[in-house]
Formats: sequence, C-alpha cells, structure tokens
Amino acid sequence: MNTENMGKPIEILLVEDNPGDARLALEFLKEGKIRNTLHWMRDGVEAMAFMHRQGRYTNEQRPDLILLDLNMPKMDGRKVLAEVKSDSDLKRIPVVILTISKSEEDILKAYDLHANCFITKPLDLDQFFKVIRSIEDFWLTIVRLPRE
Amino acid sequence: MATQEYGKPIDILLVEDNPGDSRLAMEALKESKLRNNLHIVTDGVEAMDFLYKRGKHAQVPRPDLILLDLNLPKKDGREVLAEIKSDPDLKRIPVVILTISKAEEDVLKTYNLHANCFITKPLDLNQFVTVIKSIEDFWLTIVKLPSQ
Repeated sequence: MNTENMGKPIEILLVEDNPGDARLALEFLKEGKIRNTLHWMRDGVEAMAFMHRQGRYTNEQRPDLILLDLNMPKMDGRKVLAEVKSDSDLKRIPVVILTISKSEEDILKAYDLHANCFITKPLDLDQFFKVIRSIEDFWLTIVRLPRE
Repeated sequence: MATQEYGKPIDILLVEDNPGDSRLAMEALKESKLRNNLHIVTDGVEAMDFLYKRGKHAQVPRPDLILLDLNLPKKDGREVLAEIKSDPDLKRIPVVILTISKAEEDVLKTYNLHANCFITKPLDLNQFVTVIKSIEDFWLTIVKLPSQ
C-alpha cells in the first residue's frame, strides 16, 4: 500500500493522562506491522513542550501523528488542539482526538478547531484494541502522512 | 463503536471527474454494512453548488463526509478544499483527499489547508477497492462524524 510511510519509523505522540490507557495503546501499537515510535505525554503542557522541542525535548523529532485526549490536567486537549492547528509549523500534523467524551459539543468544537478526526474511546478492552488497530491501519498504511 | 451506524444513512459527497473511479467507489460503498448515500459531482464548481444547495442542488442533504479529488475541471480540488475549510458552516465536514497525486507539495499543502487526511489512489483495481473500504470502515464505524 502506502510505501511513503515505510522507511523510518512513524513518530506518534500520545497525549493521555490515564496511564492504563497509555499502556494499552503502547502495547497494541508495538504489535503493529508498521514500525512506529510512541512518545507518551501526560498533559497538555508537556505535549506542547515536546512539539516545540523545548527543555528536555530538544533532540526529539516532530511527531508524524498525534493522538490527543481532551480532558487532561494543566492544559486541556481542546487548548492543545487549538494551539497546534493555529501554529503555521505544526498545523499540518494530523490530530486524532481519542477521548471518553461522546458529547456533541465536544465533537463539533473539535472539528471546528480542525481536528482530523474524533474517536470516542470504548470502555471495553477488546473494542479499545480494535480502535487502536483501526487507527494504525488507516493512518499508517492507507493515509499519506505529511512527513518531514 | 460509533452510533451513526444505527441512525439515518450517511451522506457522502464524492467529487471526482473520472467516471471509472466513481463507479468503483459506488460499487465498493454499496456493499457496505452501513447505510450510505453516495452523491457524485464531477467538478469543483458543482461541488460548491452542492454544498451551498444552489440551483439544481437546492434539495440535497448536507454531506457528512466529502471525498475530494485534487485535479478537477472548472475549479481545482485545492480551491474547493480552501473554500470549505474557511467557511464557518462547512469547515467541520471531514474532507478526505483522494487523488492520483503523490507529490509532497500536494500532501503538505492540503494538510496545511486542513484536509482531514490525504490518500493517494492506487492504480491497481483491487487496491483501489481496498482503499475505499478502509475509508468506509474508518470514517463510518470508528470515527464520530460531526452531525448537523
């Protein structure tokens, strides 16, 4: 399929305050066919520092894909999304919203802020696995990512 | 999983000037488990007429998802994308770029214009059907679309 995504591993930034969910995503993505490196940030402030390569993140690469939770400490996911999508250097990075929220207001607001897609995290483990697998299949093999 | 599978059919707008590709997409989507209505327009001007319900498109529904080719007669897909994503009423509708282009410039430019994802159309027939089915699986069952 999409050979442009082969080659160097895809850098995925996961912004998630729940360690259980982060761990599951990490394990599921490790099993994936496509080589990827998952960077886990626990809050919005740390996520922005990572993307701007500030502080201890100066040597990090810019992520190819962002998985973003909405409800987080320090800096909310909605704010992170708004900052990413209005920053001329960052806005092209696809942002997948991955949240327990099903609220219509959150869905509309996220799309209005140019989220690339909105996914409600299922509570069931098998379904959560299926969702992570689908994200990987779609974004890493079907879609052409904007890579540096 | 996403609830839209139980409600009213999903309206998909395909903007594509190649009748062979439209036909294949139509057939692939017909086999879908999910009820969907595919609307096909063949150039960028007609796409905007459809979205603004102008002329013969006065009675059409607002699409839930747009599949947009880039190289189109009358008005280019890049222009259509820019118009949709800068219109406060239309910008939340997810736009999947589906094009034969593999040009890095197109990839970056369309993500910068807030395309929701970029997919290079495979030339192989079976691969093309696989891609359409992946789009359907991902956007119609995993993702929560912004309802009207």
